[in-house]
Amino acid sequence: MTVATISTPKLPEGVRLRFDKVRDRHVLLYPEGAIALNPTAVSVLELCDGVRTIDEIAAELSAKYNGADVRSDVENLVDAIAARGLIVDADS
Amino acid sequence: MPTADHPLLLIAELSYKCPLHCPYCSNPVGIAAEKYRDELSTEDWSRVFRQAADLGVLQLALTGGEPLVRKDAEELCRVSTESGLYSTLVTAGTPFTRKRALALKEAGLDHVQVSIQDSDPVSSDLIAGTKSFSKKIEAAHLARELGFPLTINVVLHRRNLDRIEEIIALAESLDARRVELANTQYQGWALPNRDALMPTRAQLEHGEAVVIAARERIGPKMEILWVLPDYYEELPKPCMGGWGREAILVAPNGDVLPCQSASIIPGLEFDNVRDKSLEEIWFESEAFNRFRGTDWMPEPCKSCPLDRQHADFGGCRCQALQLSGDAYAVDPVCQFSADHSIIVEARERVNPDEVEYIYRQHDPVPASAGR
Repeated sequence: MTVATISTPKLPEGVRLRFDKVRDRHVLLYPEGAIALNPTAVSVLELCDGVRTIDEIAAELSAKYNGADVRSDVENLVDAIAARGLIVDADS
Repeated sequence: MPTADHPLLLIAELSYKCPLHCPYCSNPVGIAAEKYRDELSTEDWSRVFRQAADLGVLQLALTGGEPLVRKDAEELCRVSTESGLYSTLVTAGTPFTRKRALALKEAGLDHVQVSIQDSDPVSSDLIAGTKSFSKKIEAAHLARELGFPLTINVVLHRRNLDRIEEIIALAESLDARRVELANTQYQGWALPNRDALMPTRAQLEHGEAVVIAARERIGPKMEILWVLPDYYEELPKPCMGGWGREAILVAPNGDVLPCQSASIIPGLEFDNVRDKSLEEIWFESEAFNRFRGTDWMPEPCKSCPLDRQHADFGGCRCQALQLSGDAYAVDPVCQFSADHSIIVEARERVNPDEVEYIYRQHDPVPASAGR
């Protein structure tokens, strides 16, 4: 099973990002589940708005982290979450 | 006192009333008891949801019985949304009308689960004990039309397992995000119906092969959950993710339990949300601490030869009680239990002949249910 590469990621209906104040971390909530997120994942997911492309997200984060090349990190993270059906492509 | 993390899930059993009569209902067999008619008020439930959110609960299951027999389900859903909880409505589908669905959407409901008893309409109605299939299908379509992610849940047993391919195809055609294929666990009403429900090993092997192929074909578009019945396993499951570890359940009358059937355990007394806060009950009550950690465990659990005491947390206490007669006993599903033969004999006795169901009974659902 391969997942088509996503160009414009967004969270599908019924999936949302929330800060969990009791555990002091962000979580991704979805039907019957929750994933605890590290700060890097949060910074990517916050930009997955169905408008920005992967390239734009990578460029924005690169600028934030002093020009570091984050393209493959962003892509890997988006692919991993998309494989669980928690990110979809706004264009498809 | 054993230590505990904060709970993740609140199971809110709003009412035990239900239009269906499924013979595997997981509610306790004593649901008609007088005490359960004294249902919590809207204010009580609202307070419970806020306390749950403060306690670290992330997911809320609005269930029952049928949660929509409560006229205040929409209002409760709004409180859940305001508290930041992720809400799931677990419904039989029949009362999920357009008017109520729109109000629930407006109130911020996150996710809808519709139960279907079989892919075959006649069989589905027979298992539910009432004509309901076509309304369930309408409810599922409506949920998708309004943009709710949809889970179809189907309890599997001897008389529907052979249609597992059709069941998966039906869930796909309804555009479900998830399909829960839960083989009957013999708790609640399912235990007296065990001989009518128990599948054969061949049925389960076929079911598993179908699930594996369907997952490969469908991919992440639809998640297929497949849970083997305990009776065909040699090691117990971590019941509810472990006693008092992840989930907290509030019964219609406000009793707070670690699982749906814990009320059958003699000598266990449950605190009520009318008297105490969820936090106090979760961390300090005798009932939640009774089977937490490993100190309560008998041997060989405490020094498990497979080192699974922190993986299955001792399995299911209700099953130990019902099959071995002692809630402290080794879960008889475990191959190391002296009573494991009870499980082996039950599955070897599977009788391919039709056995009559003992339908779950309750008062008919009154027109004005909620309080």
